[in-house]
Amino acid sequence: METTKLPPSSPSSPTTSFSVPSAEKVDGFPRRSMRRARQRRSHSSSQFRYQSSQVELTPLPLLKDAPVAELHDLFCKKLQQCCVLFDFLDCVADLKGKEIKRAALNELVESVATSRGVLIEPLYPEAIKMISVNIFRTLPPSENPEFDPEEDEPTLEASWPHLQLVYEFFLRFLESPDFQPSMAKRYVDQKFVLQLLELFDSEDPREREYLKTILHRVYGKLLGLRAYIRKQINNIFLRFIYETEHFNGVAELLEILGSIINGFALPLKAEHKQFLVRVLIPLHTAKSLSIFHAQLAYCVVQFMEKDATVTEYIIRGLLKYWPKTCTQKEVMFLGEIEEILDVIEPSQFIRVQEPLFKQIAACISSPHFQVAERALYFWNNEYILSLIEENCQVILPLVFATLYRVSKEHWNQTIVSLIYNVLKTFMEMNSKLFDDLTASYKVEKQKELKRERERAELWRGLEEHQERRLQMLTEAARNQRNLQERGERGDPLTPTSPQSAHPDQPEPKPSGASSGAGESAT
Amino acid sequence: MAGADGDDSLYPIAVLIDELRNEDVQLRLNSIKKLSTIALALGVERTRTELLPFLTDTIYDEDEVLLALAEQLGNFTMLVGGPEYVHCLLPPLESLATVEETVVRDKAVESLRKISQEHSPVDLEVHFEPLVKRLASGDWFTSRTSACGLFSVCYPRVSSTVKAEIRQHFRTLCSDDTPMVRRAAASKLGEFAKVLELDYVKSDIISLFTALASDEQDSVRLLAVEACVSIATLLPQEDLETLVMPTLRQAAEDKSWRVRYMVADKFSELQKAVGPEITKNDLVPAFQNLLKDCEAEVRAAAANKVKEFCENLPEDNREQIIMTHILPCVKELVSDTNQHVKSALASVIMGLSTILGKENTIEHLLPLFLAQLKDECPEVRLNIISNLDCVNEVIGIRQLSQSLLPAIVELAEDAKWRVRLAIIEYMPLLAGQLGVEFFDEKLNTLCMAWLIDHVYAIREAATCNLMKLVEKFGAEWAQNTIVPKVLGMANDPNYLHRMTTLFCINALSEVCGQEITTKQMLPVVVKMASDQVANVRFNVAKSLQKIGPVLDNNALQTQVKPVLEQLKADSDMDVKYFAQEALTVLALA
Repeated sequence: METTKLPPSSPSSPTTSFSVPSAEKVDGFPRRSMRRARQRRSHSSSQFRYQSSQVELTPLPLLKDAPVAELHDLFCKKLQQCCVLFDFLDCVADLKGKEIKRAALNELVESVATSRGVLIEPLYPEAIKMISVNIFRTLPPSENPEFDPEEDEPTLEASWPHLQLVYEFFLRFLESPDFQPSMAKRYVDQKFVLQLLELFDSEDPREREYLKTILHRVYGKLLGLRAYIRKQINNIFLRFIYETEHFNGVAELLEILGSIINGFALPLKAEHKQFLVRVLIPLHTAKSLSIFHAQLAYCVVQFMEKDATVTEYIIRGLLKYWPKTCTQKEVMFLGEIEEILDVIEPSQFIRVQEPLFKQIAACISSPHFQVAERALYFWNNEYILSLIEENCQVILPLVFATLYRVSKEHWNQTIVSLIYNVLKTFMEMNSKLFDDLTASYKVEKQKELKRERERAELWRGLEEHQERRLQMLTEAARNQRNLQERGERGDPLTPTSPQSAHPDQPEPKPSGASSGAGESAT
Repeated sequence: MAGADGDDSLYPIAVLIDELRNEDVQLRLNSIKKLSTIALALGVERTRTELLPFLTDTIYDEDEVLLALAEQLGNFTMLVGGPEYVHCLLPPLESLATVEETVVRDKAVESLRKISQEHSPVDLEVHFEPLVKRLASGDWFTSRTSACGLFSVCYPRVSSTVKAEIRQHFRTLCSDDTPMVRRAAASKLGEFAKVLELDYVKSDIISLFTALASDEQDSVRLLAVEACVSIATLLPQEDLETLVMPTLRQAAEDKSWRVRYMVADKFSELQKAVGPEITKNDLVPAFQNLLKDCEAEVRAAAANKVKEFCENLPEDNREQIIMTHILPCVKELVSDTNQHVKSALASVIMGLSTILGKENTIEHLLPLFLAQLKDECPEVRLNIISNLDCVNEVIGIRQLSQSLLPAIVELAEDAKWRVRLAIIEYMPLLAGQLGVEFFDEKLNTLCMAWLIDHVYAIREAATCNLMKLVEKFGAEWAQNTIVPKVLGMANDPNYLHRMTTLFCINALSEVCGQEITTKQMLPVVVKMASDQVANVRFNVAKSLQKIGPVLDNNALQTQVKPVLEQLKADSDMDVKYFAQEALTVLALA
């Protein structure tokens, strides 16, 4: 292998492509923080650095013309030829070599896809080596450190013309009817899979798409790697949630997981439940939730459909992570809740209805009309409506006060009319309860105000108490110091014991008793 | 106790706990933030026996509440009865150290570290160390991650058997199955090494360090680089070569740019830690490679360290090393393809002149400065200009002034207003270094031109700049050069420019002193009181308020007061308002 390092060759090669208008970051209103602006970078591939002095490629005979006896040998030579890497940032460098490699890759793809009997054992290590050399690389620093997959254009991989064919080859290789997992597993091992998973961070969506299909095939064919793959995906997610908040391939990994979950055996293993509770649910906290929310919600619902007993974990988890300030995320959460309610078992519904409808009530009173609207749409869903009706006794008291208040106060007419519809529905469901609640609304309101006043009083009392205590403590400390000093001076009356704090005690007490306590006791 | 807790019955714990359990998160959070108030109301004993168990049991809550709780508990020692009882705080903090959310966990660890110091050595072994052990062998990665931060605080104060256990636990975590824990261990490796006996540093830490530095994940490897600094500082010079250098060399050539970036970023620290000999033999070539790295990110990090690295080279052959090894790389960086690399370099390159002395600076560095002054990227030019003082000390700024001027002029007229703003901020500095003559001749026009810039922020900065210039050059200079021009703008047809006159007067009156203010500025202000634009008029009122303190009483009574009275009767509401305000402030009403 030619892996002697040759650092100087690449820096001089022009890293043209991205000359950001030079003053941009000093000027203008930076869209996001200036904090990391310093780190804006130009794109260059870390991979190329490890390429030795360029090997001149010479075209080999075509595979289809090769006599059967020499076919495998030629195939192998082509694989080796494809291990040579090219500098794609310099788009005119070594055009001939690039073309030869491209043609060779094309031939390899076609051969693996169409002809039978090509994949014999000795070719496995060569094929995996070729794939590894080409695809495994440290991903370059992101072009835009504040990369927002929703707004910004992704940086595309410069070497895609070759990379795509390598991925295509890998995929055909895995899908070939001749593919033997027992032979492949020696080369496609844990280390290989780990590197493959790291590539999911690629900014190039085309690359992630290939990786997704490939990982799916690997998972399907190499049974020994399954647990390991799941564990590593866990680690990637946990790092994403708790450490970096950055990983480009979350949606793709979730998509794979969706179908993995689908295949879980029942009863669910503890490992899988843990994955749901400690990884999937916390994923909802991510800032970039919108990018992978659809896939995430799908996974969550898959879990519920597998085993209804996880419902409570899910709902309580979502309620715990309910967005406080981001209304856009709140709408997504409501969407997911509806998806969940669509398939919820009535027995499970009863277990979560209380906290859930408190949250829904809070959403209805959101000043953001999309949030309120999304929550009110639940009443248009027939299944949800039937659940509400069955549990009207519990749910109506939870939401009534909010509905009543918001129907009078909301600025948005659509919301007001939606609320009237909901109130009407409730009235039809249980007119007695509805009338009772309407009657007691004012009283409840008064009670609430009273509680608030009491709380204020309590805290005022507590704080006064604290102040007195602190005063006392400082005074006591001062006394003690004085006493000690006197003691050191040989003064005879020195009880330097802790009791010295007590004499001060009774003095401030009476006033405290009258102010703070009287009210808080009521 | 009875006497001290006499009034506790007023606050039944149930009421307080209800507050801590309130349905509304915000209220719950408020209560938790005042936890010390509650504890104080309960007294130490009931805090220990009732409040803490309650807190330990209800650890499932919003992360924000938990964060506040974790923070509070770190300051609770006195509230539970002093160091003797501090271990009561361990159970709730232990639970907090295992939660998922990183900020909560980190805060809990911070509090645990804090209260560990308040434990007696016995309590440390009886209560604290078992907690660390439990965390270190927890099922979920969060508790193991938290454990990593606690070893170093208890190690120095426990018996040697317990020490051996602690070392064993740390070893285990360094080879943990999950990368999260290995990262936590790697990030605490240096800290832990510092409290270990030297023999154990050599036997234990080095092998852990080597293993972490060749971890399969680059996020772990790069943290080992940080630890490298501490470890190298601890070891005697003769051991560095065999124990640390192989790993460090490997890190400097790691295949992941993140690791190389880290090496570049920590280069000065590493250099100090390994000492002059190794620096000469190993770090110089390594630094050269980093400056030539294929990843711009790494080059920029290394470029940032050029000055510090050179400064810290052993003096005996510093100049020779810089001239033959570093300078050639620096020269290449001046024309780097990446602007961030160039601007990183520009922010430190001037510092080299003090190290290399006058002749070398003129011969070798000056061309580089000049090239960077002409760079297409304004940030590069700005960085050079902002560091002119270093060169000034060595060769004087005159050498540069020929090239400086076009660069300044170009920046002064840059299309981006933030660039213009940046250069304005350097004007007083430049003026000081270039001297009043050069300034009058070349830069004064620029400073005046900024006053009529179409961006308000620039006009504002320009007025402030004038004030600083007057502070530098004195009132007489102001009277001759800038005051006439400023006052001339009072007749400009554009009301924005007329207002600029007022803003300048606001800024200048104090530094120019009473005489200039009364004789030259005040008449202009007074005249502008009958401007046809209301904005100008109410700014007249504001200006009078501003310059009032500089004027003597006579001027106030005879000139200012009548004008303000007149403005007070203005038809415009705002003019009236500000006139009234000025009258009140100046006590003329």
